[in-house]
Amino acid sequence: MAQLNMAQALNRALRDAMTDDPNVVVFGEDVGPYGGVFTVTEGLTAQFGEDRCFDSPLAESGIVGTAVGMAMYGMRPVVEMQFDAFAYPAFEQITSHVAKMRNRTRGKVALPMVIRIPYGGGIGGVEHHGDSSEAYYTHTPGLTVVTPGTTADAYSLLRAAIESPDPVIFMEPKSRYWSRADLELPARTDAMNRAVVRRVGQDVTLIAYGSTVQTCMETADAAKEEGWDVEVVDLRSLTPLDEDTVCASVRKTGRAVVVHESSVFSGYGAEVAATVSEKCFHWLEAPVLRVGGFDVPYPPKDLEEHQLPHPDRILDTIARLQWEDQ
Amino acid sequence: MKSIEASPELTLPGRKPIQLVDENGSAVGDLPDERVLRSLHRAMVLGRRFNRQATALTKQGRLAVYPSSVGQEACEVGATLALQADDWLFPTYRDTLAAVTRGVPAVETLTLLRGDWHSGYDPYAYRVAPLCTPLSTNGPHAVGLAHAARLRGDSLAVLVFMGDGATSEGDAHEAFNFAAVFNAPVVFFIQNNQWAISVPLSKQSKALTLAHKAIGYGMPGYHVDGNDAAAVYTVVSEALERARSGGGPSIVEGLTYRIDPHTNSDDTNRYRDASDAEPWRATDPILRFNRLLGVDESAYADEADRMMAELRAEMNKDAHVDPDELFEHVYAVPTPRLRAQAAALRAELAVDRDEA
Repeated sequence: MAQLNMAQALNRALRDAMTDDPNVVVFGEDVGPYGGVFTVTEGLTAQFGEDRCFDSPLAESGIVGTAVGMAMYGMRPVVEMQFDAFAYPAFEQITSHVAKMRNRTRGKVALPMVIRIPYGGGIGGVEHHGDSSEAYYTHTPGLTVVTPGTTADAYSLLRAAIESPDPVIFMEPKSRYWSRADLELPARTDAMNRAVVRRVGQDVTLIAYGSTVQTCMETADAAKEEGWDVEVVDLRSLTPLDEDTVCASVRKTGRAVVVHESSVFSGYGAEVAATVSEKCFHWLEAPVLRVGGFDVPYPPKDLEEHQLPHPDRILDTIARLQWEDQ
Repeated sequence: MKSIEASPELTLPGRKPIQLVDENGSAVGDLPDERVLRSLHRAMVLGRRFNRQATALTKQGRLAVYPSSVGQEACEVGATLALQADDWLFPTYRDTLAAVTRGVPAVETLTLLRGDWHSGYDPYAYRVAPLCTPLSTNGPHAVGLAHAARLRGDSLAVLVFMGDGATSEGDAHEAFNFAAVFNAPVVFFIQNNQWAISVPLSKQSKALTLAHKAIGYGMPGYHVDGNDAAAVYTVVSEALERARSGGGPSIVEGLTYRIDPHTNSDDTNRYRDASDAEPWRATDPILRFNRLLGVDESAYADEADRMMAELRAEMNKDAHVDPDELFEHVYAVPTPRLRAQAAALRAELAVDRDEA
């Protein structure tokens, strides 16, 4: 048993994957000897050599495009985009090639590759360092999109993402990099493609992913004082969405709130809310509500507390779920 | 020949394109051997017939669209025949002829343009990546594959095509730079056909030649007469060999001309005068080889007739793709959502059939 934070768990996942499979290569900006701006690739170049973990020129489209070619040749590249907004230059490669190559070639060319994207706010970053960009990727068929909400899942999800035969957008909630947990590695959680009930409750389901899992757990504690028994579902996998786990929870509680950092309009929560409404309509006591960022560009440090979902706002939203005493 | 030798100090490309066979069909440099010259000639003749046939198929409604490479056969064929068996080719949408020259069945190269699927051949069977539509995005793919091969210690080189317009794209820059930094065994072959749909080269780049761009990335650049198949073949062969043996990437610019419209649905009268093409017709790559070798297209007429008849027969068959296949290749294993959608489409089609 070791106490690790999420960055260390991700580092261990890369290390174990590279040890198990010589085809796994890691590259990107500052990921070599420096070890990555969030230390996720620390020590990999020293352990595996420069052919296995290396710095590339500073160009995200080139990084992803190069990874496509390497994957075509049978390697399993894991590339880092450094920050959410800095992945945008790679958007064409991701949407036009990474997502489409298997389909284009009728399954002849698979692209087993992982694009790691630290995302979200809450760290007092300057502009372009706080975006929640997941919906751009979940809207693109052919991509698998996952995001760990806990340190244990971070390890398991990254191992599974690297082993996946399909390209995976691996979104790392950067405000949770330093969350510590006791882990028995390399034991794995069964996190790929599956949501999990993080906390069992009877009255309302909070559906969360990434950084908001912890926020919702805190909310659930606070909700007890209000008399609400809150269930928390951690999606983990955004594409595919584990509808069974989500719907089972909502059918039990009859109420649901989706919580994410990104702007609400056309955000991932809209898809979850629509799915729940379609599949759980007769079980619902109230419309599915969403708590997310305002529809504004991600704000500067001094204002980000207003943008991020926090327990008070989530509790206020729960209160609007048409309870019988209202 | 001096200008095409590897030069550690990276001399600038010559202002005059490298030429081995001039417009009159006279040898003006060291030619490849007779066997190679004949195979270049044959492939160009068959290639032009293929181009003409494919355009004709668009008029018959058998192809949705065809971007012709008429006039550019020396580039398509010369660069591709320079590849060895283990090498890889990364073509663009205009390079169906290159894929055919590499051995991909003609009908399979046309799948994208016929519209029954987005790509029709197995890239691993021919070491030819799918025809790439988004400009210059195949550049980083070529670099990645080449880099992976180098990391594994495999001796091969990668040839990637792009057009003059594509050199304006960011991915061209990123690919050039990554290739140079990684010392990847890649040859970037820029087919400068002077036109990006309606935009002439003068509005695309102020570079002295597109080959000059190479110097800024720290690799050699070669400016070649792209209507001289012998020059294209020789320069690309040397560049590939240097790449294979660890000498790094290079850029080869083939100076040519897009005789046909961008595609069959483009109208050149809206942006260029018919006379613009005239000087280029006089430097036609096939005409030049007819003169050099003392034989004309008729030498390959029977073979071309046979190939085109086969192609027409294949293309006249109605391609039918089971709509179920829409859902099959999105992921290795279809997601539950995709399975549900496939079932919904099947049900919808069954109702249509019942009503019919």
